[in-house]
Amino acid sequence: MTAAARARKYEPRRVPETKVATSAMIASLAAEGYDTVAAPFGHALVEAAKDDARIVGLTADLAKYTDLHVFAQAYPDRFYQMGMAEQLLMSAAAGMAHEGFIPFATTYSVFASRRAYDFICMAIAEENLPVKIVCGLPGLTTGYGPSHQATEDLAIFRGLPNLTILDPCDATDVTQMVPAMIAHDGPVYARLLRGKVPEVITRYRPSYQFELGRAQMIREGRDVLVVSSGIMTMRALDAAELLAKDGIDVAVLHCPTIKPLDTETILAEAGKGRLLVTAENHSEVGGLGEAVARSLLRAGVTPAFRQIALPDEFLEAGALPTLHDLYGLSTAKVAQQIRGWL
Amino acid sequence: MSELTANLRSNVSLARRAWGIRRKALQMGEVQGQGYVGQALGVADVLATSYFHALNLRADDPEWEGRDRFLLSIGHYAIALYAALIEAGVLPEDEIGTYGMDDSRMPMSGMASYTPGMEITGGSLGHGLGIAVGMALGLKAKGGDQFVYNLMSDGELGEGSTWEAVMSATQHRLSNLICIVDFNNQQADGPTRDALAVGAEAPKWEAFGWHAQEVDGNDLDALVAAFDGARNCPDAKPRVIICNTKMCKGVPFLEEREITHFVRVEPDEWTRALDILDEEVPA
Repeated sequence: MTAAARARKYEPRRVPETKVATSAMIASLAAEGYDTVAAPFGHALVEAAKDDARIVGLTADLAKYTDLHVFAQAYPDRFYQMGMAEQLLMSAAAGMAHEGFIPFATTYSVFASRRAYDFICMAIAEENLPVKIVCGLPGLTTGYGPSHQATEDLAIFRGLPNLTILDPCDATDVTQMVPAMIAHDGPVYARLLRGKVPEVITRYRPSYQFELGRAQMIREGRDVLVVSSGIMTMRALDAAELLAKDGIDVAVLHCPTIKPLDTETILAEAGKGRLLVTAENHSEVGGLGEAVARSLLRAGVTPAFRQIALPDEFLEAGALPTLHDLYGLSTAKVAQQIRGWL
Repeated sequence: MSELTANLRSNVSLARRAWGIRRKALQMGEVQGQGYVGQALGVADVLATSYFHALNLRADDPEWEGRDRFLLSIGHYAIALYAALIEAGVLPEDEIGTYGMDDSRMPMSGMASYTPGMEITGGSLGHGLGIAVGMALGLKAKGGDQFVYNLMSDGELGEGSTWEAVMSATQHRLSNLICIVDFNNQQADGPTRDALAVGAEAPKWEAFGWHAQEVDGNDLDALVAAFDGARNCPDAKPRVIICNTKMCKGVPFLEEREITHFVRVEPDEWTRALDILDEEVPA
């Protein structure tokens, strides 16, 4: 604990005049006016499982909180409750993959990345088994504090060979990534948006289709290129609308596959002379921003470069909208940062 | 039972198989001048009983779907399993000289992608039993009648993940899971009981809902009875056989060494150890 944090611990607090509820629900991240889809992951998995008997679902006491309960209800015989035991969850999923199944294992991102890493590494990734690890509460999507905020999951998993890493933006991404994960013969870690998930990208690009390993231009723009993943693509698109009113034209390149990174598309777009901003719901250390920066340096492409990401610190607990504003992930703060860099 | 397995069983005694496993492990140890030969000598009787009495396998088809699965959770015991796989004819005897060398199919720690008959990559301890739970669930879902055997060490009882798997196997009534604990009371820093004592071994597993047996892991008759007991138990429970073994068993001058987790064998002692084994070759 820092000296400032220790001092803060003993300061009395006032009851605020305006109460903002702490929420773990992803719908609270959507701006006004977005349609939402309930439990897109659960429904997509049920759909995929209809024609594929290899698909089984496992969870570590978080079926209801990872939308896997939809699958459990549809296929009770193919659902395995492993209890509050994340190491076992990953080992057992590996064992089932050895026997020819395609296991979807769900928990929260913090528990998969911090607690079960060795089991994902040695039992799943080293053997390149087709286990799909789908995890709720990625990055800053809950106000519960560091115990539930997986602000470093991408940094942890990017170093793991064989592992494909996905960071979807919305209900379309979540729905379409499920069959893509099954078609990919290897392990996948996917950050999950659960509950009522907004529909975002098709509003800007109706023809959008998720493709594993591919970054796609969602909004064209001549002044700034935002390379973003996950919910930050939504923030970037909303911020681009705000900035358009000031005559600032922002392009948004959505990059839902963090690994392998679509370097080719990123380099082609980065070479067009615009300010390049990466935007991610993750620590500034070891996530999308650093992955993009590495690709640029290796290729000798050097645009003006800025990073929107969470700071390298344990974040505060509180109401999610407040925290997104505090740490620069809100639409207003994204727009403000970009404006300041021009 | 496959014909091949039947032939393997009827050829010679289990004592001769255990002798063969000890001999081959020592030969491999000599190639590198090191290796976990203490463990290999200690667990040789358990492996002989596994591969030449209990397991249903096809030496010429190690990935045959109908096989019983044998997981080596303790990757550092690889030298022992290689010896058993060579003895069983899964690996050819003339590869003994490649042990631990570049390009070998027998690296110093057991890995699934290198070796026929090696089901999992072990080595990071506390993994095997959890993977075995998943395999047992998978086999049940497929309607198979194969058993999953997981060979682990007493040191792995210190890993919390082991107990997650212990509880899960009971929860899922995994009667097709047989865990074998090589209880030699040795880990890297000394006796297991001085590190993270488990104590009252069989009653502890029984309290978790397992069918538990504790045997002298260097007594072949006792091992055969225990393996039969584990396979034929009528209850819908997972089964464990705790095998009390002696490190370096069969080579008295090594048995007497004080620190035996990684036994020091001097260059001239390999031949001496092999000679001692060869003094009494079982039929």
